[in-house]
Amino acid sequence: MEIPYTTEVRPDTGLTNPKLGIWLFLASEVMLFGSLFSSYALLRSGAPTWPVQHEILSVPLAALNTVVLIASSVTMVMAWASLMRNRFSTFRLYMGATILLGGVFLVVKYFEYSAKFEHHLFPSTNNFLAIYFTMTGLHMLHVAGGMAVNAYFWGPGAKLWKTNPVWFTNRVEHSGLFWHFVDLVWIFLFPTLYLL
Amino acid sequence: MTTDHATASMTDHAVDIDKHVRIYITVFVALMVLTIVTVAISYLHLPVHTAVAIALLVATIKGSLVACYFMHLISEKKLIYAVLLLTAAFFVVLLALPTLTHANGYWIHETDHPAPSSAAPSHQ
Repeated sequence: MEIPYTTEVRPDTGLTNPKLGIWLFLASEVMLFGSLFSSYALLRSGAPTWPVQHEILSVPLAALNTVVLIASSVTMVMAWASLMRNRFSTFRLYMGATILLGGVFLVVKYFEYSAKFEHHLFPSTNNFLAIYFTMTGLHMLHVAGGMAVNAYFWGPGAKLWKTNPVWFTNRVEHSGLFWHFVDLVWIFLFPTLYLL
Repeated sequence: MTTDHATASMTDHAVDIDKHVRIYITVFVALMVLTIVTVAISYLHLPVHTAVAIALLVATIKGSLVACYFMHLISEKKLIYAVLLLTAAFFVVLLALPTLTHANGYWIHETDHPAPSSAAPSHQ
């Protein structure tokens, strides 16, 4: 049985079901990260002293990761645009680049985390590091999740392009919305945790 | 059946997409410049409140660019705007809670200061 409104617009919402679904999911994600930003503000404003964040963390590495993630957002949207232009091989290139850039982000984070652990800086060391590891750890999980979905569309999931290109293009668009959201969260995490 | 702007007649929209691609590149350059601005400002060692305000302002501009152009929010349907408006309202409340707590700790510690017995309601 065919799932209704995957590519057709519902008359009552004016949207396809997956489009509305991904936005509702992103709304819940806003609240998830919002609660952590709120916790950060509460911990910091209530603390008698607070570490100088940029002395503990590596600003150049985080700035590099910002550039990497923004670049991956561009390649992601270009992957979708390639499908809209009916250029499947170009889609593969851009989607591959997006996955690769996500991998670069995680590798850089691995080096950052390793450096902290080598200096005996753990989540249990102080409140700042606790919230730092929680927020960046959760964000890294999102990057890994987004990479898994993108890898599926780059690989086995791409078979759908041959049978139903519109549906496949929609799927890539929705996966892209999640990926851009992950980028958006980092845009706020970077100054909050590293620069202020 | 009708289809939405993102799915309908993909080849017909090729010209529109070309225009979009140019916008994506422009937004990418703007995001890079704003990232440099964010880092550069942090080296100015401004007072904390000023630094927070500027950093959040730049981050908000960057976030808006991503949401409006990469996530196509600038040309989205009303229902999506309604969902996001509701989310934004709850998000603001969530962020306002610690600010209120910090600005005036009295309300959160009200139970620590019991009212004088003379002020207590009497039923006897």
